[in-house]
Amino acid sequence: MYDGLLHFLLSPEDIVPVVALALLAGLRGPEYGRRALFLLPVSWFVGCFLGTMFQWATSWPVAAISFLIFGGLVAANAQLSLRAMTVLAGLLGLVHGWMNGAGVPWSFSLVGAYAGLVAGVFVVVALVSAFVIRLRPPWTRIAVRVAGSWIVATGLLLLGWSARRG
Amino acid sequence: MKRPVCGLLARWLPLAVAALCFSQSAEAHVQKGEAIGFLTGLRHPVSGLDHVLAMVSVGLWGAQLGAPAVWVLPVAFPMVMALGGMMGLMGIPLPGTEYGIAASMILLGAVVFFELKPPLWVAGSLVAFFAIFHGHAHGTELPPGQNGLLYSMGFVCATGLLHGVGILIGLVHRWTWGQMFLRLAGAFTASMGVFFVWKAFA
Repeated sequence: MYDGLLHFLLSPEDIVPVVALALLAGLRGPEYGRRALFLLPVSWFVGCFLGTMFQWATSWPVAAISFLIFGGLVAANAQLSLRAMTVLAGLLGLVHGWMNGAGVPWSFSLVGAYAGLVAGVFVVVALVSAFVIRLRPPWTRIAVRVAGSWIVATGLLLLGWSARRG
Repeated sequence: MKRPVCGLLARWLPLAVAALCFSQSAEAHVQKGEAIGFLTGLRHPVSGLDHVLAMVSVGLWGAQLGAPAVWVLPVAFPMVMALGGMMGLMGIPLPGTEYGIAASMILLGAVVFFELKPPLWVAGSLVAFFAIFHGHAHGTELPPGQNGLLYSMGFVCATGLLHGVGILIGLVHRWTWGQMFLRLAGAFTASMGVFFVWKAFA
């Protein structure tokens, strides 16, 4: 369980998109926060098992694309519907979970590792989205949007690194 | 009645220490270059005076212009700079990078000195145009063998924090002496830009 938890906490390519989604949910309000909080860990868990089952990983720069999409939505303070947030959270969990699970051979200890990973996702979404929901002064919400623009900038550079690596 | 903290510690600390002694090590992996990637990225933008002055000037100008420019400019600069960095990483050439950086210092210093207040889209376009040169220079200078993601995160954070420093300094704009101080800072940046142009030609 601790392996999965630490894997998530030490993987910026996973934790940053989760933080971005939590920021977005926090900006939109408590209902969005609750939806992300419960849907993202579940979809991540399912994605992990699907990845382990199919043992295939895409060569696309998934992390860079996630940074661009979710960072961009935060920076733009996108007025998403709850349904759109649900789809985005589900996709993020499935894709990143799949990438976590792909390449890991099946064993029963994986269940604990994935549970730890998902616990990490749950805690990060809970803390970040709750923190943002409580922000009231206008400049603090602008600071959150600035953080989103930094995530986009990081995603652009990451895309460049991926292109250079070929 | 609250239980004393010392009593709680005395009761639970031995148990926590014992639990730690019997716990197994977790096997999370640390990727190649992660240890120094973030710090190298954080240091990179502050390693050159030309970049530092230009980025701080963006914050100063934003503070002079007030809302919404005070946050639009520092958002536009890192994003477009990262686009330039991506071009540099992908090997897309950009001629006259050093001249562009020096010109950015002259122009950004001049707008701070003259306290120019153009429409937001003009200010944003000017900042974004020069950000391409700064980003491209950084992109081509990025060291190989380090974790790209953490390097990029450090690099972007340092750039944003430099803008933040500029905005914080720019808060003195509310006082008369502060306005004079900002104009002097703009003049200094522009004169350093002239020096860098001369250096680029030499």
